[in-house]
Amino acid sequence: MGFEKPKFKEKYENFIGGKWVAPVDGNYFEAISPIDNGVMTKVAQSNKKDVQLAVDAGWAGFESWGKTSVTERSAVLNKIADAMEANLEMLAIAETWDNGKAIRETINADLPLAIDHFRYFASVIRSESGSISDLDSNTVSQEIHEPLGVVGQIIPWNFPLLMAAWKIAPAIAAGNCVVLKPAEQTPVSILLMMEVIADVLPAGVINIVNGFGPECGKPLALNPGIRKIGFTGETTTGKLIMQYASENIIPVTLELGGKSPNIFMESIMEKDDAFFNKAIEGLVLFAFNQGEVCTCPSRALIQESIYEPFMKRVLARVEAIKMGDPLDSSTMMGAQASTDQYEKILHYINIGKEEGAELLAGGDKFENDAYPNGCYIQPTIFKGNNKMRIFQEEIFGPVLSVTTFKDLDEALEIANDTIYGLGAGVWTRDVHEMQTLTRGIQAGRVWANCYHAYPAHASFGGYKLSGIGRETHMMMLNNYRHTKNILTSYNTHALGFF
Amino acid sequence: MSTKRVESTQKTNELIDKLREKHGTELMFHQSGGCCDGSAPMCFEVGDFMVGSRDVKLGEIHGSEFFMSPEQFDYIKGTHLTIDVVEGRGSSFSIEIPLGVRFIAISRLYTNEELENLEEIEVE
Repeated sequence: MGFEKPKFKEKYENFIGGKWVAPVDGNYFEAISPIDNGVMTKVAQSNKKDVQLAVDAGWAGFESWGKTSVTERSAVLNKIADAMEANLEMLAIAETWDNGKAIRETINADLPLAIDHFRYFASVIRSESGSISDLDSNTVSQEIHEPLGVVGQIIPWNFPLLMAAWKIAPAIAAGNCVVLKPAEQTPVSILLMMEVIADVLPAGVINIVNGFGPECGKPLALNPGIRKIGFTGETTTGKLIMQYASENIIPVTLELGGKSPNIFMESIMEKDDAFFNKAIEGLVLFAFNQGEVCTCPSRALIQESIYEPFMKRVLARVEAIKMGDPLDSSTMMGAQASTDQYEKILHYINIGKEEGAELLAGGDKFENDAYPNGCYIQPTIFKGNNKMRIFQEEIFGPVLSVTTFKDLDEALEIANDTIYGLGAGVWTRDVHEMQTLTRGIQAGRVWANCYHAYPAHASFGGYKLSGIGRETHMMMLNNYRHTKNILTSYNTHALGFF
Repeated sequence: MSTKRVESTQKTNELIDKLREKHGTELMFHQSGGCCDGSAPMCFEVGDFMVGSRDVKLGEIHGSEFFMSPEQFDYIKGTHLTIDVVEGRGSSFSIEIPLGVRFIAISRLYTNEELENLEEIEVE
């Protein structure tokens, strides 16, 4: 089954203050699809002036949005979700053209998860409360939440709509207005989403400015009008964002990638049952989203005693990965998100070969007959050791590095021998091993007998160089609001000090 | 003569000159790690990016200093980097991105001979 290409407009302006606004200097850049490396449309090439318009529109919107009741805010979030759901297939197709990922993922994962994120935050703000403490018989302390104001958000290209939802939903649920800069690789699908939700959204609550990092991202991060900056990307820009935030003394949350270990203990092969089948798939999930996931399980650590028989089953499953037209619902892996990323991954595959890693699968580009000019790479597996560059550097592609360990201690040692700490997977039938491994791994999200699940009500974020702060889960709301303490005395007597 | 750890192509030198003229200032490079746009050499105006006190200076390309974090240097130290320029858009805060080209780092392992002659650098 195939899907028609959406009819993109000739060009898209910025979405500011509830309206489509042309970039002040009149410049646009071409949005290119990695599916065929063709031009889809043009989007605004914004700069400091456009960012200022968006920040001003955010503050204008905040005057009413910041005071809106949680009942009303919740209703708006639910309406956003409903509008997206009513246009799910169109948005999923647009997302596939923008990013290159297979349509079965955008339809079954990206869009449903993004929609659910708005519903989740719509519901939790209705059910949470502040707190009151009786400090003594005449003194009451109230902890009250207040929104920050206008917040800046810079998102990546690997899950354009889902990452937008992760950042936007908690921010607006907490009563803030948002200025968001999408990645320049994937600037389009979010604009189609804004077209779909514009009618249910009060003006100025969500503002989208497209453009390049140095011209548009930097002035957003430096703008004295924003009260917080959220960023997902790589480490150098992460440092730069923190540095910019220090100018205005605003809080920062950062999600900066990983090199996540996926550990397979020998007990998984005690039986050839449904669970073992699940564990095989758990390893092959390195190919999910073409490996372009911050938590990609890109290091598989396999207990020595089961290495040969387990890998035999794994390689058969990798062999069965169907590549082809991303718009065909039976295709399992689509295009890498850009030529930039495509070339980088092929370069890393060469590094792996040069370092002497043993190539077990793939190891080259994929010639896609449907789109000969697109960015396609075969799912690739190397066997090597954890000191190799392909085990230490985030490749952000469908490239898995496999190694073995003798026992639990060695598994933990290898798992934690990385500068990152975002995700990890543990596969075992032994509850004691499970406890030791899940608690011993230094990472913000450890999947136990599962992988790549992203429910809204589970926190997500990094240890070590993987970042600061958490996303998803209602605790995220506190990244986007102040706590005000009102300390009231009902005592009529003076202290007696003066 | 000792082996340089980072070198640049003619295209890189030309782009550095062009960016110096456009921005009217000296430039520097910082190699990034991680996530979407990681593992790329990023070019900034000197003074815009605060170089970390433990960051490692690998050398200079066309007169601009080239740094990376010590954690990254630790696993890249066996490889030589050549900074080149390719067509096509990148996605980061690096200042060449709006021009529709991007710097890339091509790496190769040092030969044994080169390894014996590596330029001394300071690592804490």
